[in-house]
Formats: sequence, C-alpha cells, structure tokens
Amino acid sequence: MKPAPFEYYAPTSVEQALDHVAQLGYDAKILAGGQSLIPTMNFRLAQPSALIDLNNISELFYIRPASDGGVLIGAMTRQSTVERDPLIAQRAPLVRAAMPFIAHPQIRTRGTFGGSIAHADPAAELPAVTVALGARYRVRNKSGERWLPAEEFFVSLFTTLLQPDEILVEVALPPMPPRSGWSFQEVARQSGAFGLVGVAALVTLDNTPSGRRCQQARLVFLSCGEKPMLAGHAAKTLIGQAPSAEAIRAAAEVAAKDDIDPSSDIHASAAYRRHLVKVLAARALTEAFARVNL
Amino acid sequence: MTNLFRISVIVNGVRYEKTVEPRMLLVDFIRHELGLTGTHVGCEHGVCGTCTILFDGQPARSCLMFAVQANGHEIRTVEGLGTIDKLHPLQEAFREKHALQCGFCTPGFLMTLVPFLEENPKPSEEEIREALAGNLCRCTGYQHIVEAVKLASQKMEVKP
Repeated sequence: MKPAPFEYYAPTSVEQALDHVAQLGYDAKILAGGQSLIPTMNFRLAQPSALIDLNNISELFYIRPASDGGVLIGAMTRQSTVERDPLIAQRAPLVRAAMPFIAHPQIRTRGTFGGSIAHADPAAELPAVTVALGARYRVRNKSGERWLPAEEFFVSLFTTLLQPDEILVEVALPPMPPRSGWSFQEVARQSGAFGLVGVAALVTLDNTPSGRRCQQARLVFLSCGEKPMLAGHAAKTLIGQAPSAEAIRAAAEVAAKDDIDPSSDIHASAAYRRHLVKVLAARALTEAFARVNL
Repeated sequence: MTNLFRISVIVNGVRYEKTVEPRMLLVDFIRHELGLTGTHVGCEHGVCGTCTILFDGQPARSCLMFAVQANGHEIRTVEGLGTIDKLHPLQEAFREKHALQCGFCTPGFLMTLVPFLEENPKPSEEEIREALAGNLCRCTGYQHIVEAVKLASQKMEVKP
C-alpha cells in the first residue's frame, strides 16, 4: 500500500515548527527520522492529515558537552552520528554500546536520537538506555519549555508525557558517576531485528574503605512491558551488597519474577521472555560490575 | 485539491526538477518519475533492503522517505555505480563469485556495501555479515555474497 494523502510542512526553525503543532494539534504528526512512522503510514495503520517535517531544522542536530560533565544531544541528531561520536564514546559509553542493536546501519542514517524516544516503542533501545542513565528530556511548546525525567516520561505503548502542542528538542545525559560500570545486552533472532528482550545496565560501587559494595544498580528492560521496565526490586537486593556472582544471580531471579510484565506474541512467549530476563540481567550485571574502575 | 511540491534533486550527478505529491515515496519517485528502476520495492517497511540508496552519501531506505524530503539533496542509485562496459569493482566481484541469481536484492546490497567498504576497507567475515544483516536475499544463501565482498575489498585496496 501507499500512504494516504497528507498536508506537508517543512519548517526551518523550532519556532516555526511549534507554530504548526499549535495550529494542527492531534491531526498532525511530527516527521523526524521516519523509520518508525513511515512504515505505519505505508501500511495505513497511521493516516495523519498532516506531517511536520523537522529534518530542515539544523538547530536540532548537535552533540555538545554539558557543563556538568554530561552530554547534550539535539533531538534530531542521527543515530549514526551518535554511534560514531567521540564525546558519546567517552561520556556515555552505554549509549555507544546500544547503538549497533538499533535496526540496521541504513536505518540509523535517518533515525534520530529524539525520535526513537518520542515514539516510545517498548522494543526500542534508546528509551531503555536513557532511563538507565537517568537522562532528562527538554520539551518545548509555544509558551515555553519543561524538563522531563526519562524515568517518568514513558506512560504506555507509544504513549509519553508529550502533549500534542509539544516537541522534544534535547536529551541531557548526566555524567557517569565515579566507580560506575555499564552493559547493554539484547537477544534477537537476527542481527538488527527487534529485541525479544534487552537490558541497559548502569551500576555504581560505593566509596567506603572496604570499597566494593553496590551503591546503585539501574537495570532497564526493553520488550518486557508497555514501556522501559526499571528493575526496582532487583536493585534493592543489590544495594549495600558486594557484587558477588551469587548476589547477581539472586538479583536476576528477582528481576525476572517481580520487575517485568512481558507479553506473549508471535516472536516469544512471556515465559521465554522471563527466562531471557534472568539470563541477560546476570550477564549485564556481571559485565557492568567488571567494568567499574575503582 | 491535492497539494503539490516542486522539488530539485541530483541523482547520479544529474539534476532533476519534478512536481510531486507529498505522499510519494522516494523509491517510487526514483522508479516512476525518473525511470531508474534498478532500485527495488520489497517490504515497504525498512527490513528487506531492496530500496537502499545513498542519500548525501549515506545508505538509506528510500521506501522510508518521501520524495519531497529529497529536495536539495544528492542521491546515488545502482545505476550510478558502473555501466555494463565499466562495472564497479563490487559488481565485478559479485559476478565473479556468483553472488546473485535473480538479482532482485543485488542493487540494495551494492548500495549498502559502497559506504561500508569505504569505512571498513578490510572487513572480517563477521563484520561483513553484520553489515549485510539489513539486506535480505532469497536465492543465494549469502555465502557467495560474503565471498564477493572479500574479493571486492581486495580489488579496491588502495595500494601505497
């Protein structure tokens, strides 16, 4: 099939884009990378009456160092750019690790960092990764802007806190805390296919003289529920513990049992997803703790 | 009343000026408006790779772009790689290694491989297979395609 007819707008500034969203409201969709939107339009699952194309707004394409030691990423920055950026490799290696799992290289040359987040596919990598990192998203409308914590942004399937008159313009990644390690794991049937289960992990060890107890453990699962699933119960079992193989195994069991809500579909049963969660959580935690530089 | 847009695109070094509906996909523009039928339509949702072209030098799915988005940009299709009299080294390697049967997937593979080999002139087999994961072939079983890439990387090696 081919897409249904629509009105097309190609603003060259954020201000112009915000005028369009304010006027057009629910009827219009933002066109960022289009790698998720256009397939749905090709199948006529989505038939927006208007598209607001952000690809000509150069002010939304950037990767900059933040004054707190983190990174600021313009929402339209191409995934392939993020994948190759030295600042990202240095300050946000968890992002760098996840990038090759996002579809295929040809998709990543058009797909955008912010677009993946705003689209909020439960199987997407960037929502899970940015939640794990404790990122914040800057969102603008005609009257102003607000910052939304990644952890609160995702409401349900393809549903976020974004209002119809708002555009996501920037993602702020905080600096990695000292004594931190990270890992990204994903299982898919083919390279680049949607993950059956994936996990983004960020762990931090404490600063006590005995020096090897877990201070923080952020494990976020994709494809295990309607949104990125932050494993709070698993984290609780680890905090204050030394990250032994036993502690990791126990945390992985808790994650699989209590922290996820996977569904069964043609790709995997809920039971298999739970199994994958247990395996990938253990792998991710093991790798993340091993990466910590004391 | 349909809204129409005038676009100007450079394809394989030639500038074209055309009028299109916003909903016209770039792949359909290339095939129907420009008559360049080497680029193919497969899945229309980005997974098969038969529509892969170079957009400003970057590999992209032309089924997941609208023609209006190409206004002011540069596109390279398989027709721009080589001619029957002067094949691109990748095309020669594909022929030598029998890396195509029906040929439907081949343009997509070639356009994926051009930037890949530029960035990775001496890829390992694992790197090749990972890079080609976004292009599906129903005929060959991929082995000969991988061999062709290895041969092409040797042919294209810039000797000091």
